[in-house]
Order: sequence, then C-alpha cells, then structure tokens
Amino acid sequence: MINSLFLINPSGEIFLEKHWKSVVSRSVCDYFLEAKEKALEPEDVPPVIHTPHHYLISIYRDKLFFLSVIQTEVPPLFVIEFLHRVAEMIQDYFGECSETVVKDHMVMVYELLEEMLDNGFPLATESNVLKEMIRPPTILRSVVNTLTGTSNVGDTLLTGQLSTIPWRRAGVRYTNNEAYFDVVEEIDAILDQSGTTVFAEIQGVVEACVKLSGMPDLTLSFMNPRLLDDVSFHPCVRYKLWESERVLSFIPPDGNFTLMTYHVNAQNLVAIPVYVKQSISFFECGSDGRLDVTVGPKQTMGKTVEGVMVTVHLPKTILSINLTATQGSYTYDNGTKLLVWDIGKLNPQKLPNLRGSLSLQAGAPKPEENPSLNIDLKIQQLAISGLKVNRLDMFGEKYKPFKGVKYITKAGKFQVRT
Amino acid sequence: MEWANQLCENRQFGSKMTDSKYFTTTKKGEIFELKAELNSDKKEKKKEAVKKVIASMTVGKDVSALFPDVVNCMQTDNLELKKLVYLYLMNYAKSQPDMAIMAVNTFVKDCEDANPLIRALAVRTMGCIRVDKITEYLCEPLRKCLKDEDPYVRKTAAVCVAKLHDINAQLVEDQGFLDTLKDLISDSNPMVVANAVAALSEIAESHPNSNLLDLNPQSINKLLTALNECTEWGQIFILDCLANYTPRDDRESQSICERVTPRLSHANSAVVLSAVKVLMKFMEMLPKDLDYYSTLLKKLAPPLVTLLSAEPELQYVALRNINLIVQKRPEILKHEMKVFFVKYNDPIYVKLEKLDIMIRLASQANIAQVLAELKEYATEVDVDFVRKAVRAIGRCAIKVEQSAERCVSTLLDLIQTKVNYVVQEAIVVIKDIFRKYPNKYESVIATLCENLDSLDEPEARAAMIWIVGEYAERIDNADELLESFLEGFHDESTQVQLQLLTAIVKLFLKKPTETQELVQQVLSLATQDSDNPDLRDRGYIYWRLLSTDPVAAKEVVLAEKPLISEETDLIEPTLLEELICHIGTLASVYHKPPSAFVEGSRGVMHKRLPARTGSGESTESPDVGTAAGGSAPEAAPSIIPSQGDLLGDLLNLDMAPPTTSGPPPPTTGMQMGGMDLLGGGLDSLLGGDIGGSPAMGAGFGAAPAVMPASLNAPVGGGLGDLFDLGGVGMPMGAYIPPKIVWLPAMKAKGLEISGTFARRAGVIQMELILTNKAMSVMTDFAIQFNRNSFGLAPAGPLQVLTPLGPNQTIEVSLPLSTVGPVMKMDPLNNLQVAVKNNIDVFYFSCQYPISMLFVEDGKMERQVFLATWKDIPNDNESQFQIKDCHLNSDAASSKLQGSNIFTIAKRTVEGQDMLYMSIKLSNGIWVLAELRVQAGNSNYTISLKCRAPEVSQCVFQCYEAVLKN
Repeated sequence: MINSLFLINPSGEIFLEKHWKSVVSRSVCDYFLEAKEKALEPEDVPPVIHTPHHYLISIYRDKLFFLSVIQTEVPPLFVIEFLHRVAEMIQDYFGECSETVVKDHMVMVYELLEEMLDNGFPLATESNVLKEMIRPPTILRSVVNTLTGTSNVGDTLLTGQLSTIPWRRAGVRYTNNEAYFDVVEEIDAILDQSGTTVFAEIQGVVEACVKLSGMPDLTLSFMNPRLLDDVSFHPCVRYKLWESERVLSFIPPDGNFTLMTYHVNAQNLVAIPVYVKQSISFFECGSDGRLDVTVGPKQTMGKTVEGVMVTVHLPKTILSINLTATQGSYTYDNGTKLLVWDIGKLNPQKLPNLRGSLSLQAGAPKPEENPSLNIDLKIQQLAISGLKVNRLDMFGEKYKPFKGVKYITKAGKFQVRT
Repeated sequence: MEWANQLCENRQFGSKMTDSKYFTTTKKGEIFELKAELNSDKKEKKKEAVKKVIASMTVGKDVSALFPDVVNCMQTDNLELKKLVYLYLMNYAKSQPDMAIMAVNTFVKDCEDANPLIRALAVRTMGCIRVDKITEYLCEPLRKCLKDEDPYVRKTAAVCVAKLHDINAQLVEDQGFLDTLKDLISDSNPMVVANAVAALSEIAESHPNSNLLDLNPQSINKLLTALNECTEWGQIFILDCLANYTPRDDRESQSICERVTPRLSHANSAVVLSAVKVLMKFMEMLPKDLDYYSTLLKKLAPPLVTLLSAEPELQYVALRNINLIVQKRPEILKHEMKVFFVKYNDPIYVKLEKLDIMIRLASQANIAQVLAELKEYATEVDVDFVRKAVRAIGRCAIKVEQSAERCVSTLLDLIQTKVNYVVQEAIVVIKDIFRKYPNKYESVIATLCENLDSLDEPEARAAMIWIVGEYAERIDNADELLESFLEGFHDESTQVQLQLLTAIVKLFLKKPTETQELVQQVLSLATQDSDNPDLRDRGYIYWRLLSTDPVAAKEVVLAEKPLISEETDLIEPTLLEELICHIGTLASVYHKPPSAFVEGSRGVMHKRLPARTGSGESTESPDVGTAAGGSAPEAAPSIIPSQGDLLGDLLNLDMAPPTTSGPPPPTTGMQMGGMDLLGGGLDSLLGGDIGGSPAMGAGFGAAPAVMPASLNAPVGGGLGDLFDLGGVGMPMGAYIPPKIVWLPAMKAKGLEISGTFARRAGVIQMELILTNKAMSVMTDFAIQFNRNSFGLAPAGPLQVLTPLGPNQTIEVSLPLSTVGPVMKMDPLNNLQVAVKNNIDVFYFSCQYPISMLFVEDGKMERQVFLATWKDIPNDNESQFQIKDCHLNSDAASSKLQGSNIFTIAKRTVEGQDMLYMSIKLSNGIWVLAELRVQAGNSNYTISLKCRAPEVSQCVFQCYEAVLKN
C-alpha cells in the first residue's frame, strides 16, 4: 500500500513529507526530480516512475506535485485517485490548494493525512467524516480555541462512519430544509480548420447541495434519461433502481457532494454552441504573419453565450504581435507566447473579431506548427445535451423542503485546429 | 475586549494565526526553547509546543532529541494532544527504542479505554511503532481489539495485523492472528470485511504459497455482499481479491459477473478498472453464444471511455490498460476510435498512448479518419509526438493494405515540409512500406533521394542506404549516392556501416561493371580498417562469396525477402493473458508480468485466464487445455527469425522490425547456383555451430523463409533432416508408475492406501488400493484434494459401494479433472489428499508423475516449434543427463509418444541423433525438448525449454521414468 507522500513545489523543493510505514528517505524523490528536469512542461512528467526499490506515482495539480512512494504491487489508479482526494481535501478545508496554504496549516494537514490513511490503507476519505474528526479552521474557531483551550479534534466516535450509510451522519437538523442541484455540462470538442466537428462529447455532472434534516430518502427523475451513455454515481445512489427505472433514488450525504457524472458521446447529440472563423498565416518570405479570428454563436438554443475566451499558444519564433479586438481585450505574454482574448458576452448582431499582424524573429524560418485555439465559454440555464430534471420527491421525512435545479453549460477541452 | 482586538488583527494578518509561525525559528537555541515549552505547566503552551515539534518534523527537521519531553505529554485527556504525540512517536520510536518503552503503559491503558476512538487509535499507533519491545506488548491488546464489540475498532485492528506481519511475520503466525483475520471475512460489518481482505491480500503478497485467501463459493458470496456496502477503497480490495478466484463453471462465472457489473458505474476509477479486470477474466469462461456474453461486452465500452475524461494521470493508467484490452478483445472499443483523438494540450505521455491505441484500432472502416488525424499530429510542436505520428502513418500503411497508397502520399506531403526530423522518420517508415509492398511505390524514390543530405540520424541514413541498395538498378546515380556516404565511413554508426556494406555489394551485383572499385573500397574498409567484429566478419563473408562464386552471391544477397508482418508490437499471447489478469496493477502499466519487476514477490504464481468449462458435467475436461493454450499456436507463426539469424543477416534483414513473418516464398523461383559455395567455403564456418547449439539449429530451421529447404549440401542436410519426421514407431501405452504405499495402516487406524496415477484415453485416473487392516468394517469413504499446482480434483466421488470388511482389499479408480483450484506446491507435483471413512479423516501426500498431465494434442507444428524455441529466452532452458539408457532414438521416440511426448523432428549430426519434441500440459503450458542420443553412449542429454521453467525438473523426471521402464 501507500508508503509515503511528498509534496513538491514547481521548483523541486519538498515541503511536506508523510510516512505511513517505515520512513523512506526523501532522496527517493531525486528520481522524480530527474524526470521532471527532462520534461518540457510540469504536466509532462510521467505519472508512474520505476526506481530500483520503489515506485513513484505522482499527480500534478494546482501547480504542486503530489508524489507517493509505494513498494509493493498496488493498483496505480487507487494511488492516483487517493492523491487527488488529498488535493481535494486541502481545497475543501482551506479554500485553496497551494504551497502557502499547506505551510500555513502544516500540522492540520499532517493530522488529516494521518486520518486518511492507516498503514497505507484508506481510512476516512469522505469529507463529511473527516470534518467530524478534525474540524476545518475558521478564524473565529481558532480564536475561541486559543481562549478556551478546546481543540479542533473531535472526540466522539462518528455514528455515520460505520452505519449502513457511511456517507451520512445521524441527527442532522436544519431550520431551513433545502436541496439544490446543479447540472453542469462541459463540451469536449475538436473542430477542424473548416469548422467541421472532428470529435465531440459532453461530460456532465450533477452537483448537489442538500441540507435536509433527519434521514430523507430522495428520488430524482429526468425527462430524458436515455440520453446518457455512461453514468457514475455517488455510492448513495441505488444502482438497481437506475437500471430498472432510470431514476436516481438515494439517501443523500449532508452538504455538498457530486451525485453523478455522466457522459454523452453520440456525436449527433452534441450541439456546438459557437463557430470560430480563423486564419493564422505566415508569409513565405519576409518575417510577417497575420491573425484573424471571429467568433459567433451557432447552436445556442436561444440562450446567450457568455464568458467567451480564446487562448492561443503562438509559435516560439514570434517576436511581437500587433492586434486589434472589436470586443473585449487581449493579453499576450511574450515569455510563454500565450495569447488570451477575453471576449465576454457574444452579441449575435455584432460578431467579435481579433485581427492584426504577427512578426517573427529576424531570420527565423516560417513556423511549422499550426497553433490550436482553445475556447472557453459559458451558457447559463442550459444543459446542452438537453437533459432535464423532471421532479424530485422526498420520502421518509414530513417537512416540505425547498428544491431547485440550475443548469449550466461550459466549454471543457474545446479546441479549434488551424 | 482583548479577543475582539485579536479578531481584528487576525482579519488583517490572516496568516498570523497559522502554522507558518512555527517555522520562523531556525536558530540554534530552538531545541532548548521547545524543551522548556514542552515541560511547561500550561496545557495550552504544551500543545503549541508539540505542534511546533510536529511542524518541524513534517518538513524533515530532526527533532528526535525532544523524545522524552514529548512522550511526557502523552498522558492527557486532550485527544488532539494525544494524536499529536502519537504522530511524533510513530516517526521517532525507531531511533529511540529504549525511550519508546516509556510509552507502552499508556498504550496498553488506552486500548482499554471506554471510547472506541481511543482504543482504535492506540492499537493503530502501536502497530506503527516498529520496535520489537513494543510489538511484544501489542499482541494482547490486538487480540482483544480484533474481537472488539465496535466495528470501528475491529477494522482498525485488521489493518494492524498486516502492520505487525510486516514487522514480525513469525509472531503473527504463532499468535494465530491470521486465523482471526480470516474469520473477519465473515464479519457482519462490510467495512471490517473490506479491511480484512485488504490486510490478507497484503500479507499474501509476501507469502505467495500461503493459503490465506481461501476462496470458495461461500466466501465469494460474502465478499460479493460486502462489495455492495463497503467504501470505494474496500471495493477495490474486494474486487482484486475476487479476480483471483476461479469459478467452477460458467453459471457461477455469470452470476459473479452480474453482481460485479454495477461497479462499472462507480465514480472511483480504480473501482471501475478493478471491476473491468474481474469481468474480462470471468468472461473468458462464458460461452460466446450466450446473450449475456454480448450484453457484457457492450457494457464494458462506456466506462472505459469515461475513464478517458478523467485527470491525465488516471487517463494514462487507463490507456495502458485499454491497450491490453484492445489487443485481447478488439470488439469492445472498435467503434470508439474518436475518443482516442489527441488534444493538443494532453500531456505527452497521454498523447503517445492514445496514438498507439489508434493504430491498434485502425481498420479499413476508419482509416480515412485516422490518417487525417495523424497528418494533423505530424505538424504539432512536440518532436517526440510528431515522430511517433509519422511512424504511425507507416504502421497504418502496413496494417491496412487499402490505405497504403494514401499513407504513402501523406508521407510524401510530409517530406515536402522539409522539417528535418519529419523527413527522417518518414524515410524510415517508407522503407518498411517497401518491404511490405515490393515493387509498388518505387516511384517515390526520386523524392527520397533529394533529401539525402538532410539525414543525420543513423536509423534514417541506414534506411535510405537500404533503399538505394535495394533499388540500385532504378537509381541512375546510385553509385554516386553510396560513394558519398563512404567518405566518412568510420564516423558512421555500426548500423549504417553494415547497411552501406550490404548496399554496395548489392549495387555491385546489379551493376558489376561500373562499381568494382567501389566494392573493393568498401570491403577493404570493412575488413582491414575496422575493429568491429560484426562488420569485419560480414565483409569477409561477402568477399569470399564474391570471389568464389558471384552467381551464388547474387542468389544469396539478392534473394527475395520475407514480407514483414502486419502488427509489429503485439504482446505475445501468453503474456497478454497474464497481463489481462493483472489489469489495473503496475504490471499492466509496464506491460510486464509482476514477477519481472515487483520486489519481494518471489515465486509469484503466473496468473492465467480460466478456461471455459461446461456447467455440471466435467466431460469436457480433456479439452480444457486446448482452450487455454489454443491461442499460442495461432499467433506463434508471426514470430520468426530473430536478429541472430546468420542467413537472415547475410540478406541484411537486420534492419527489419524484430518480428517478421510471411509465407515462405515459392521455392521454384530460386535456383540455387551457389550450392558448392556454402558447402565448401563456408561449411567449416557454419558446421560447428549447427552441430553445437540447438538454438543455432533452430535458427537455421527458420531459414525456409529465406532459403529453400531442398539444399542438399551439409547445411541443407541438417535442415532437411530437421523437417523429416523420421520413422516414428507405433505409439505404445502411457507409462504408469508401479503402485506404492501412500498411507500406511499404522497411521490411519488400519486403513492402508496404495496407489498410482495413470492416463487412459485422455482421462487422468488415480488408481487406489484400499486395504482394511483393522478389526472393524469401514464404510462411507470419501476423498478430497487440497489445492495443487495443476488444479487436479476428483471428477466424481470415490466409488467404494460396499463396506470394506477386515482384511478385505478393494481396487478403485478415481477419474480426475484439472479444473480444480490452483495453488503452487513444492515440489510442483505434490498432491495433498484427505480420505475420510466412518472412523476418521486421514491425510497423506503423494507425488504424481507430471506425464499424467501431458495431453493428446501436444504435437506442435514444426514452424511453431522453431519459432517458439527461439522465442523462449535462454534463461528458461535447463539441461539434464539421463544415464544408462540403452534405447536407440527411434525406440525412445515411440516410447515417449506413448506418454504424449511427441517427436516433431529428428536430425542426425556426426552420429548424434537429435530429437525435437513437444509436450503440452493440461493447463496449456508447452514444454519443448531437445533429446540428444549418441550411438554407443548410454547417456542422453536433454534440454528443456518452457515459459514456466519450474516444470522442467518434473518433466525431466518423467523422461527418465518413461525411458527406463
């Protein structure tokens, strides 16, 4: 199982180590750092590295490397999943996952890690359970603790931890009972030069915020559940009922959780909300090129497309650029050659356009590669797959809860090739 | 008011209240300061001090000097402080064992605490302290905690057993903790079950032969129930454990599959992949015409696709596994090509894996799409990726014949970009395309030649030189081109030098008049000025060939080459089967069996996919071996000559991809004019090798791919004989060892059992003689086997129908099947048997001759034999002597055939007969043998090669037994 964890910052400095078995010298990280040196980008460091006596499995998240050391045959996905949980836990507890935050809460992070694994076996990874064991910091609480000498660590055994529903504790009480669901869809797509869809799919997720007293038993049904190609559920969802009736029946965890994720990859179902007309060209002779990009709405089901942003990695040999945007503003970092055009809301009457000239470094040959455009966008109140929640029913409790569903569509990995 | 002020201050200087303040002091006096604080009377100050100590520890500072002071803080009611002290103890107890003893009392007391959280914490922490003296005290509390009323404590204790086992395995066994742990598998709480399984799996990994996870239908049922209720992590352990089970029949297999399928919808990708493993393995047992089988196939695709939308690291592991799945069952993902399309901001390791899978999925139906993508990738920024994309285009051309033309034109487009590395890669793959489709695309040679100067990588230079040499007659200035390379001959890499030598010889053979000077130059460069033995030897051979008989030289050097195979880097089928059983593990990421790299897993049993068996009846059992091993001969022909093949080398095949294949070219087209040449000039060079090593012999055997087998010179004689099956005599009956006493009457309250094993008409039988030497009548006989290496199990009940009176004897024959549970035994052929009668249960163990397991269809195709022999690494070869055997080779061969040891070929070299034989075991393992019999010498030499070298010793014993009886 998992022997040790090292947190490493982008410059290769180890700023936290935790061992669940015998101590492994941090020199083991040298193998990783070597691989990191070789990689062009931090994202490119291979996730599984073999050293003479250990395996190093790492993830890169929030500009930090989470590196685990294992010695025996352990499923690598198990380790990677766990590492992502660690990152999520830090995010959840301290609002962000960064070196500073970890350093600021070093002891608490250490206590949490101890709670999450025992001898390398996961012990408690559910946020609800962890928060019962070790209370997240708030400024007020730390002040109160200092004054009264009480501590952050819970000392009662959690009833929820071993009940048949490990994700929910007993005795939850709210004055306002509410259940909100966010249906968030991300479009992953590759469009080719002519705007034809090469590949498109939708990754959907239903995020829930449920604050209901007692032991509510919820049933959520969709208007068109057959749309979904593959679904993954929170452990609380009764799989059999989904199989037979296509409804989500569950006793929810308390608070925020991901109820389900789904996948729509039948290409004809994936509407592409915007089109992009672009040309990035370089003249055969001379050291100049032109860039011309226009974005317009396509299949938006009558909603407004917001938060549109175009990102381009320009070729390394570009010296400078001189562009004009008819809407929004652009930034360009000459070090990373990253061009970001922040457009904002799309107005179908007046399409935003960015155009101008690119100049190459003197003597540089015409760039070989074609930069891809990365598109970011957001559409409120629309699930682009057409998925709609039909109704939510509650059993097991008498009160009437507030219910709400929100839809949002975003661009995931949405790329346009040039 | 003070706290209100502080609150304001905190708002302003958010970080002031945080742990970073603990890192401010690095001065020398730090330790002293902390010491004082730790011994402070104020509770709060104490706690702050411990926090400072822990903070220093987490960043790797040495604070072990504070050990006694920290331990003093341990006796407290404050849970947080207690936890902090425990954290410290775990880290430093090892370096301060004597001090750590001070903590024992508190631990033992805490293990009795009323609060289960504290009990669990204490036992958990004690297990983490790797100090012998502490472990001694751990046993009693641990025993109690394993039976604690609170499941939280029990599940913690289960893990603690694994910890203790890691520290002191003997102690765990002596204290009987393993049995308690096994009992926990039946615990009422699913979390406890999951942890017990996890702990047992971990312990079992260091003891591969232990019988820890005894899986039977009952325990499987418990695991499946717990699977639904425990946490995601527990599900992973349970699924991985389930994957080790071999269901009895297809019905059980299906019911397990049905209960595992819901796990495919789990949010945790590790659960999904472990479930895929179980399904992939158990599916193997389902009949293909079953509706459920196709339903299951359909269910596997969506979760695999979904894994690809996860974080890149997860994608990488998923892709490595999908690579295996696609090779084993291409039908699952054949319609999902698009999800493997590369996004420009995928990390490089994801890109490369996706590309590989795209090629594997490429077919006539989707090739246009694939090519368009590959062309797109060839203009990306990342050099490694671009190179691989160009290579992929070449692989497409070779794999999908209909697309070859389009691939070639795509490659030409890419060459026009003049991007250096793209051009070089393109040339390397075009060479392979020429090999696959000779005389089809030579029109592009002119374009290739234009780029000669820009090639600076050895592989590309070698490829270009090969092309020039191969098509010298169509390239007007071939001599000039090759000459230009000659100038810097000694600076070239060996690969290029060898290629240049061959190309110039080819050129000379095609245009002898103009290039005499050139060939002399290269031969002298290779033979006189080079200190590379390979180059020099090849130079000499060419020289000799050319000067002795140019006609022969032409036939040899310009002979037709075997076609290259479609798929170049397929994983070999037995390895693939094993890897499928290891889906989701490190082995699946490295595509190597765990035994190849996991430390400390000595003697790992190779996992195999289960064979299909009918439910209920075991009549099918003789076929089981066929089903499991059937795939090997199918795929084996694609693995023919390797690099070491001398003749292949002469024909400069050394640049070809390592696995090449194809039907032997028609022999009629090849008039061998240079027979004498090989017979005279070179036989001294080659003869020794042929007689000497079997590997060389086999290497020559593969030569029909390049040379007709009808050569009748000495070399040819050897080859011819190898394919001549000789006169294999009439098969005789299988060897049956005499009965011996397995269980003496003294040990079994008067029951004496003697027996032997026999294989009759494909059925393994255990032949027993039961003698009642007691005074009372014996009834109710039954027999059972322990798990054993080859899954032997009684195929029916022990047929003793009448009671056995005193002094009575009965002979019983018990048919055996080979589908029972498997566990590696030592020795391999050891069988532990339990016999029950109305008096008691008796145990004995006996050893069966492994020849019982040799199946009737163990005769390998000759081609397959040759290929397999070469393919098995030499490390797996073992040699034995059989002394005092007076049979001639034919008699030996027919005698062996009686026991299903089949002679495939016979060859005589210098009075020594060499018999090549194959054996197939009931579990599909092939054993290849070479038996050398020297006339007038009663000592035989036998070499055995097998992918599972463990069996060699047993097989040798069989040879000895069969030949001497």
